[in-house]
Parts: sequence; C-alpha cells; structure tokens
Amino acid sequence: MSAPLGSGLSLAYVARNLIARKLTTLLTAAGMALVVFVFATVLMMAEGLRQTLGGTGSYNNLVIIRQGSQTEVQSTITREQANMVESLPGLASGAGGQARITREVLVLVNMPRKDGKGLANVVVRGTTPVGIEMRPQVKITAGSLFRPGSSEVVVGSAMARGKVGLKIGDRLSFGLREWTVVGVFDAGGSGFDSEIWGDSEQMMQAFRRQAYSSLVVGLRDAGSYALFDEALQRQPQLKLDTKREVQFYADQSENLANFISILGQTITIIFSLGAIIGAMITMYASVANRTREIGTLRALGFRRGNIVMAFLQEAMLLGLVAGVFGLIAAAFMQRVEISTTNVQTFSEVVFRLILTPGIVVEVLLFSVLMGVLGGVLPAVRASRLEIVDALRSV
Amino acid sequence: MASSLISIRELSKTYRRGNQPVPVLLGIDLEIAAGDYVSLMGPSGSGKSTLLNLIAGIDKPSSGSLLIDGIDIAALPENDLAAWRAANVGFVFQFYNLMPVLNAFENVELPLLLTGLNRAERREHVETALAMVGLADRMDHYPNELSGGQQQRVAIARALITDPTLIVADEPTGDLDRQSADDVLNLLDRLNGELGKTIVMVTHDPKCANRAKRQVHLEKGVLLSGSGAH
Amino acid sequence: MLYGYVLKLARKNMLRHRLRTGLTLAGIAIAIVSFGLLRTVVDSWYAGAELGSSGRLITRSEASLSFPLPATYSERIRKVPGVRSVTFANWFGGIYIDEKNFFAQFAVDAQSYFDLYPEFRVAPAELADFKRDRRGAIVGRKLAKKYGWKVGDQVPLRGTIYPGNWSFTIRGIYQGADDKTDENQFLMHWHYVNETIKALLPSLADKVGVFIVDIRDPAQAAAVSAAIDSSFKNSLAETRTETQKAFQLGFIAMVDTILLAIQTVAYVVVLIIMAVMANTMAMAARERMREYATLKALGFSDGFVSLLIFGESLALSLAGGLLGILLTFPAAASFFRATRDLFVVFEVRPETVLLQLGSAVLIGLCAALAPALNSRRIRIVDGLRAVT
Repeated sequence: MSAPLGSGLSLAYVARNLIARKLTTLLTAAGMALVVFVFATVLMMAEGLRQTLGGTGSYNNLVIIRQGSQTEVQSTITREQANMVESLPGLASGAGGQARITREVLVLVNMPRKDGKGLANVVVRGTTPVGIEMRPQVKITAGSLFRPGSSEVVVGSAMARGKVGLKIGDRLSFGLREWTVVGVFDAGGSGFDSEIWGDSEQMMQAFRRQAYSSLVVGLRDAGSYALFDEALQRQPQLKLDTKREVQFYADQSENLANFISILGQTITIIFSLGAIIGAMITMYASVANRTREIGTLRALGFRRGNIVMAFLQEAMLLGLVAGVFGLIAAAFMQRVEISTTNVQTFSEVVFRLILTPGIVVEVLLFSVLMGVLGGVLPAVRASRLEIVDALRSV
Repeated sequence: MASSLISIRELSKTYRRGNQPVPVLLGIDLEIAAGDYVSLMGPSGSGKSTLLNLIAGIDKPSSGSLLIDGIDIAALPENDLAAWRAANVGFVFQFYNLMPVLNAFENVELPLLLTGLNRAERREHVETALAMVGLADRMDHYPNELSGGQQQRVAIARALITDPTLIVADEPTGDLDRQSADDVLNLLDRLNGELGKTIVMVTHDPKCANRAKRQVHLEKGVLLSGSGAH
Repeated sequence: MLYGYVLKLARKNMLRHRLRTGLTLAGIAIAIVSFGLLRTVVDSWYAGAELGSSGRLITRSEASLSFPLPATYSERIRKVPGVRSVTFANWFGGIYIDEKNFFAQFAVDAQSYFDLYPEFRVAPAELADFKRDRRGAIVGRKLAKKYGWKVGDQVPLRGTIYPGNWSFTIRGIYQGADDKTDENQFLMHWHYVNETIKALLPSLADKVGVFIVDIRDPAQAAAVSAAIDSSFKNSLAETRTETQKAFQLGFIAMVDTILLAIQTVAYVVVLIIMAVMANTMAMAARERMREYATLKALGFSDGFVSLLIFGESLALSLAGGLLGILLTFPAAASFFRATRDLFVVFEVRPETVLLQLGSAVLIGLCAALAPALNSRRIRIVDGLRAVT
C-alpha cells in the first residue's frame, strides 16, 4: 500500500516533534549531553594514560631490573651483573660492534610545583648516548643534548610545560650538585616526557651510588627474546627480571588506569540513571501531549509497531543530539593535560586527554542507548492507547 | 438613559501577526448602562471576544477610551488592573476554567483570598453562592467529578462571590447540552434581575443571545448600525 | 493565608502527574546521593591527613622519599633542642601472596615505635612478645580481620625493595585509640630486616626512610624542624622536616588532580539534574498556562502565579533532596564497607548535608525560573486560549 505504512513514520515527523518542543528538548538533551561529556572525558583520560605510558619505549628493547623489585627506582643492579648481561647472546650490536646496552640510574627528586601545592616527585634518569640512540622517538626540540660527563640535563616536554615548568637555563640542585637545564626533549607524548635526563655516571657519582637501577638492552631482532631470556635464566647469580620496554611501562600505569576507569564508570552509571529519567519524563510528556494525534495516526492505518518505532526514534534522536553535543564539549578537553602522581611508581606523570574514533563510536552508542532506555516505556504506552479513547481526549 | 457603567469611545485594537498588523476592532463606540444585560454577537473573527476581553480588563486597547464606572482601565498599571478585576469583574468562561486540583468549595473561595475576609466569613459567602447555583451538596466534589453544567454553575458562583458590578461571560453555554445551557442562562437572568449585575456575554447562539436585554452585533471589527442603540 | 494556598496547590499539583513527579523525585534523590557521596570521598581523603598529630614531626630526605637517610641520624636528631624522642620507620613494600593484597608495611624500631604512637594500642604482653621475637610483627585490627590472621600466625611476604621471601610471626594486634586511627598497618622489626639485607645488598643497609620526632612543645614545631634540617645542611643526605599533618597533606597534593576531578563531577551531577528538573517544571507550567491565565484574570498578581510555580518547584526539589539526604547515610555506609582499605574514616559531614540541602534549593529555584518568567510574559488572553 502507501509508503508510510510500509516504512513507518518518516524521520522528518520524528525530528519535527522534537523541534516543536524546543525548551523541553533542549533541557533533556543538555542533561544527557553532560552525562555524555563526563563519560567521554573518563574514557579519554584512560586512553591518554594508556597511550602515554603504553607508548613509552620500543618493542625490541628490554628493561632489566632486580628480581621482584617491580619499579626501576626500587631496583639495584651491580656493575658485575651489568657486565655479565652484556655478554649474553641475542643482543643487537651497536656501531662499534658492542652490544646495545645502556646502564641507567633512576632517582626521584622533589621539585616544587608551580601552583605552590606541594612537591612533585620527578623521575631523574641517568642515561648514556647509547640509551638515547635506543629511544629514537626522543627528539631535542629546544637547546641541546647534555654533554656526557657534565652536570647538564635535558627535561622532557611535559616537565617544561606542566605544573613543574622547567626552562632552559634553570639550575636544579639535587645530589649536592647544581645541574643546568640545557635542552628540552620531546618523546612523542610518552612517559619519558615526564622525566629529566642526564649522564648516567655523573648521576651515580652525585648520588654516591654503587649500583645502577636498570639495564635497557636492544634485541637483535623480534625473535631474540626467548634466546636472551633463556641465557639469562641459566645464570643463577643473575637474579633479574626482564620485560619488553613497552610492556614494562604499560604495567606501571595499570593501577592508575584501572582506578580512573572504575571511578569513571561508577559515576557514569549513576549519572546516566538521572539522564535516562530525564529522557523518560520528556518522552512520557511527548506521548501525553500527542494522545489525539496518536489516535488519528492509528485511525489512518498506522500500526502499533509504527507508533512504537516513531517514539523510539524520537528518543534515539534525542540521545544522538545529546551525544554529539557532549562529544563536541569533550573534544575541547583534549587541550587539558593532567599532572598527577602515579601511585605505583610514586612519580609524577603527565598525560593528555585523547579522543579516538573508538571512543567517539562508544560514546555515541552509549548516548543512543540512554535515549532508547528512556524512550521504551513511553513508546509502549503510546502504542497501547485505544484509538477511540485517544481520539476523544482533549 | 441611565448613567453608563461602561463607556467606550473610538476603541480600536490591532494585533501583530509576525510583521503583519491585523486590525480586530476599528473604532467602536458603545455605552452599557449599569444593570444592563448585553449579548455581543457576530461571526468568528468579528472581534466580539476581543471587545469582551478589553471590557474585562484582561487585554489592552490600541487606541480609544474605555471608561468603566468612570475609571480609565486602559491606563491602569498591571497590578492595579489586577486588583480592579478582583474587585469589579466576575468571569464565566466557555470551558469553565476551574482549578482541577481544587474542589468546588475551594474554587469558589479562590477570589476571596484576595480580600481581607477571614476563614469563617469566606465559608459563609461560599456556601451562600453555591446554594444560589444549586450546588450546596456538591461542595467537596472536584471538577472532574462534576458534569459540564455543574462545573459552569460552580464557575458562576466563583464569578459572583466577590459581588462584582460586572460579569463577563464568554460563550458560557458553548460547551453544554440544551438542558444545562438553560440552567446556566436562568442563573444569569437571576444575577441580572435579582442582584442587579451588569452582564456582558459573548455568544454566537441566537437562542442564547435572545435572553439578554439587548443584542450588539459586530462584523469585521465594527458595530453593525443600530445595534448599539437601546 | 495566600501562602497556605500556595503550599496546598503545590502539594496537589505535584500529585497530578504521579509518574512524572515520581521520576523527577527519583532523579533528584539520585543526584543528591551521588553529590553527597562524592563530597564525602574527597572529605575522607583529607580526613586521613587531619588525623596527623602536630606534636610529631617527620624527617625525610630532602631529595625525595625514595632516598633513605643514614640510621645514624637518629642520635643527632635526638640532640636537637626541643626534641623529646625519636623513632624511625622504613617502607617495606612486600607482596602478600598477590599484588592485589596491598597494605602498608613498615620496618620499625621495635623498642621505641609504640612509645611515639600511643594511638596504636597493644596489650603489654603482646608488645613484650613482639619486642622479644625479631621475626615478629604487629598488625592492625582491621588488617588482621581482613585476612583472618591470629596471634601466632606466619605471614609470608615477597620483598620488592628488600629482595627475598620473608616470613613474619604475628605477635600482637593493635587497636586504634579512636575510629580515626589507621588499623591497616603491618609493622615488623627494622633491625631484623636490616641485618638480613646487610649480607645481601650492603648498599641498602643501615638506612631509614623517615624519622618520627616527638617534640616537647607543638608550638615550636617550625623552629625544631628548621633546627633539624640545618644540622644536616650540606651533608650527603640533607633532610626535610615537617609536621606529620603537613607530610600527609603532601601525599594528598600528589593526587589533588584526581580529587579536583571528583569535586568537579560532584557539581556536574547537580547541573544534570537541574536540567531534568527544569524540564519537569517547564512541562508542568506549560500545561497549566490556562490555569495561570485564569488566576490572573480573577485578579491574582503575576507575583502570586510566580509564587505558585516556585512553590511547586521547591516542594518537589526539597522532597527529592530530603529523600536523597536520608539515603546518603546508608549509601555511605555500604560504600565504606565496599572500600574498607581505601579510607580510614568515611563520614558524611554536616557541611555535606548542608550543601546537599543547598543544592536541592538551588535546583528548585533554577528550575522554576524560566517558567515563572514565561508566565509573567504571557498575555492573559493568549493563556486562556492555550490548549493543554
């Protein structure tokens, strides 16, 4: 028969009903958009943290720390152990035919935050020219690299921007020495951006340390991991743990990422209840206001299913509009950089909120779902109206 | 001729629809004496309801003068006008306009809240008014528990409760069956005859209009010649 | 007289759309409960720091907490004028079976530690047992309850800072002097840990994380702190001394971004529900436009009609708000039960209840604003013509 019977009520009819009640639609959408905004922000936070710490390092680099020590700061590796590791098979060779290995020392140093609120525990990493070579994502963006054997340091871009706010020429005092900031490096938004780098041996001297914190070695190729690990396990005096560098840093953000997503999800669920209630109120009113109209449509031959669909579509459209506005607001949050303490390593970590296509899809589905949940009961009520009663209503 | 209660000179009213001025009343001259009972008649769009609204003080004229009991109500500020309506005008609407959440007693009592009467005095007045419209036994009923005719009688009780000089009625029988309509019209007759209320009523039903002492016809915003005379 | 009517009408109008009123009430109650809970989370976080005694100072490495101080500092600190006694503690950081079982473990000076922490109440016999057994441990009541430990039980810990597999025997269980004392700590002998580690990793030996300093006059805290720090100035390990309270606030400052986010979110929920409630009021007012016009025709002022709208809105928001406040207490109690390890105290403060009440009033007022203004603007003749 005629088109409307087959395809249901047109989307234009659905949309116009929303537009006709501007204030109500606006208020409901605003409430839902706020929920969407909170939801999106939480996802962006978790994603930002994941990309920052998960994107730190390279797949073919291995971080080696003392058995059971979990973090580089807690770990100690003696020179003898380091020498033995260097002789193990499976490692890539550098320019001079030597194994690609960097002996690093990591300390946490208190730096005052710019806002005057307490101290930040900043990771200071003593590294080597090989170590810098092994992290190709690290680029000097201002000034120059520290000279080996000097009291010069370079600071990660997040340390230059964020709450700590270090500049080239700043003098930092730690380990009974003054260190001069000579450059700023960018590590592509990874965790290294929250660190300060200097010369490994100089750091050892300054902090009177006999032992390194960690070793980072480059594998010859992707398949060398098993070979190297097996060789390491065969040396009983080497009580060391190894992890691929990317995995090592991703694991260190696990607790914080979990905390953010659990807190965020709990809040979002509670909030969405409020928004669903709002949508339900709106949709019930929409049904009540249009009782006679519904009766007329039914009299014209539209089926109950058409009516349900029209109201469900209206609710979904409401959710979608809210989702789009919530996302637009959340997109601005990408400018926000969060500086907080990673409770797992006890060190300052700076990360940016990141919006990915995956999050966009997830958030839009969520907002449409909110609309559907709010619209389903009112839609059923609308379809249950008896034609004669509906036509008679004022 | 008795002294005029309502004196209308050159009264005009123009609405704006978008950018389009829509003239509704074009220079009306009309005198209504105290104690008169006038029905305003005319096809829809003739301006009869607008004229009634202006007389009742719920709308403002565009030009001309409108004196009621010597007061230029068009010149009154909003709040004074509201006080004036409370004291001088009783309303009867086509759809009764009772408060659905109040029962018959409370609906009639409503205008008295704007007076200084105490609770006992209010009760006495309300009971008298409801008795007059024959609904003394329906005081506790809510509007949705009353028939249309009964609701309109409650509305009439509400209109006379403050003892106003003027009662305005907009299609008071428009939504009622014949019998109920007769009851309502009989009541209006008594208000006019026994209590001496001046009544202005809008209707398009000639039978209804015939109950008034005189009929005024409007068409396209002007009074038809002769209809303003006694 | 008129106000009585406003209340009556508000009450009756609320009951006109039971479903809508019910939904709105539920929404407001949910919002007020979550607002209260989020505020309480933030409060409780800070409450932990408030517990710190200002008569106790904490001395740690100037560079950062991750640098230990020489144990020999103990004697030098004791000699600083104003200091009554000194004890020390080291973060042990062991893993009990699985990483998920996180609790605070400190290697402490068994002889002096409990003298400086009188709020940790241990039976004298248990304390004596602990002092005698170098492999002994004293644990908090809540912690013991959580893992079902009894005196005499062996607790294995896998070391992270101090490598190896350790085993401690529980010799005593301490109770907090009040419900604000942390009862989730695990305390073992520093001397035992130190001697074991000396053989294994000499670089970690004879080091202490923090010194806890008891001072004679809390008013002199700043002066004594400065005196302690200056005596180690320009040494290999400089110190930073502050009151226990300031020390704990420093920890909180590290996560203040998260606290700020929670606080912001608490206010966002109020905004969300404000939109929902404003929607309800807008609908209610639109449906009643003809009633309002009738009232105005009868001679009631614009103010009276506004009062009706505000009255209904406030009645609804306050009812929802009160319901929410009442529900906050059981909700907080079960939240605390679910997150026992995270918070020492979890109390809904009177300020929070006041803020909840204030939010409810604000929600009611804001929701009524647009409809009230609209009712003033609309002309009586248009209002009378309005079809519901």
